Amino acid sequence: MTVPNPLLDIVGLVKRYPGRGWPRRGSVHALNGVSLAIAAGETLGVVGESGSGKSTLGRAVVRLIEPDDGSVRFEGADVLSLPRAAMRALRRRIQIIFQDPYSSLNPRMRVGEAVAEGLAIHRLLPRAAWRDRVHGLFEEVGLDPAQTTRYPHELSGGQRQRVGIARALAVDPAFLVCDEPVSALDVSVQAQVLNLLKDLQDRRGLTYLFIAHDLAVVRQLAHRIAVMYFGRIVELAPTDDLLRNPGHPYTRALLSAIPSPDPERPTSRIVLGGEPPRPTAPPPGCPFFSRCFHPMKDNRCTAELPLLRPVGQSLVACHHAGVSGEQ
Amino acid sequence: MLLEVRNLTVEFAAPPPPPPSVPVAGVDLDLDRGEILALVGESGSGKTLTGLALLGLVPHPGRVTPESRIRLDGEEITELRGEALRAIRGRRIGMIFQDPLTSLTPVLTVGTQLREALTAHRRIRRSEAQRRGEELLAEVGMPDPYAGYEAYPHELSGGLRQRALIAIALAGEPDLLVADEPTSALDVTVQAQLLETLDRIRANRGMAVLLISHDLGIVAGRAGRVAVMYAGQIVERQETRNLFRDPAHPYTRALLRAIPRLDTAAETLVAIPGSVPEPGDWWVGCRFQPRCGEALARCSRERPPVVDLTSTGGGGTSRCWLPAEPDR
Repeated sequence: MTVPNPLLDIVGLVKRYPGRGWPRRGSVHALNGVSLAIAAGETLGVVGESGSGKSTLGRAVVRLIEPDDGSVRFEGADVLSLPRAAMRALRRRIQIIFQDPYSSLNPRMRVGEAVAEGLAIHRLLPRAAWRDRVHGLFEEVGLDPAQTTRYPHELSGGQRQRVGIARALAVDPAFLVCDEPVSALDVSVQAQVLNLLKDLQDRRGLTYLFIAHDLAVVRQLAHRIAVMYFGRIVELAPTDDLLRNPGHPYTRALLSAIPSPDPERPTSRIVLGGEPPRPTAPPPGCPFFSRCFHPMKDNRCTAELPLLRPVGQSLVACHHAGVSGEQ
Repeated sequence: MLLEVRNLTVEFAAPPPPPPSVPVAGVDLDLDRGEILALVGESGSGKTLTGLALLGLVPHPGRVTPESRIRLDGEEITELRGEALRAIRGRRIGMIFQDPLTSLTPVLTVGTQLREALTAHRRIRRSEAQRRGEELLAEVGMPDPYAGYEAYPHELSGGLRQRALIAIALAGEPDLLVADEPTSALDVTVQAQLLETLDRIRANRGMAVLLISHDLGIVAGRAGRVAVMYAGQIVERQETRNLFRDPAHPYTRALLRAIPRLDTAAETLVAIPGSVPEPGDWWVGCRFQPRCGEALARCSRERPPVVDLTSTGGGGTSRCWLPAEPDR
């Protein structure tokens, strides 16, 4: 599953956070060598539970954090080694939307000004033209242009997230990192924002790295889905393949754990036992071993780290994926 | 009936009064032993405040109005104060909250906090309390009850912390457990484990559970009956199976359509326009009317009636002007 001419190409990304205390306790491995490529116009969904490294991945792409190893290439340019000025120019092409628009907007700035900030920083338009552009952006994300003079606290959660999106779009980016864009919103409003992101992609040809903990949300937008566990991608597959034919036991557990709003759907619910390993002490073998229910799990799983390998349409990091007798 | 709530109303005096803000406006609930009743609503619906009111925990300056009635085992508990209230709280009605990290004291071990709960309602020796505490931790599925007893909250994962919290809530042997978003802060795989545990404990103890959640998905598999709250009122109540098969209230129907699902890749999710109104912005007529796709002219002017759904074979009620037809 190679992506020809990827817009974004991540190879072997590693991020460690030094441990705290004295003496230093072990460092936390947030990303343990993540590689993926995203084609222009595609939505790549990233799902994982808390601590899986999915947000770290999103932030590393826009260099809000500096990875310790690996490379990120955007349109062929090595993002991680770009000097400041070039990085600033690149930030116009890559933007990020955060989970909680309330904490990512300055409470003392009118939301119209917040949206115009990017225009000012990147000197994209003469000042006289800002107003029209901001009004246009508000309309594009489904807000009333009259609301540009409001403060964030005067808006609802859904409206604030629309402001966050307008702000990201102001500099006309090609690529958006969406980090849990709807998880702080009420269910009745979630769908509005998801539909908006879908429309914007169609209209502007945007490319998304869409990060969320909820597989049911991710599947609404994603063309392909990467499942992360413990700082690694354990499965990467086209959305339909992943849902219909999950290759990694963790993906299967994740799918069966999602509560379905349908009491009559027959579920073969897999309830995981055990606890995930401590992030300061990654095991030498498969990180999922402690919770794995695979009937063929064996010594190899504890001794040897499974790497991503092709199984059907998918890439799966499990020694026993695709072995006959399975599925 | 273990718990009977009639016309529960919580109001906050707004400066300058009047009118006060009324985030819970006339809620009726019935709950039997061994039963799970789900109270479902989005943020601002008043579901959490309803749970708090049952334990006399409505924060100042809010108050439960004098017309409200809360009966536990036939006994009026609405206006209990002081010792009499403490004899109910924790002892007859236990509560667990969404975020286990803020509900536990970080400076004391789980064991100390468990012992505190055990000795609050009965006189037992320290060694006996420890034995009982470890039993409770085993009951809630703590993998190593002794280690769990000795651990500080930060040493436990989110799922184990929530288990510790359930153990503490069980210490008083309550007849009713109010569980307010017990799994919302947890990862989905852990969520499934915990709901399983909660259900097992309910069955073993014959305990009633009021499961408060924003997530209809969680409710689908666990609760016998569901009450859907919107803007301070219960808009629909039904047996779970019927609610999902034949949702009667337009809000319930819209909510079910708006939930992203794994098994359907609807090209476009059907969103509900607008957003949940704040208390104070509530409509004279139906409170859902401004967002409702099926509203009639009278909906904005006249308060909708609570319609019995028995004629449709569903049982339950719906607060709506639209006729309830089973095949709509």
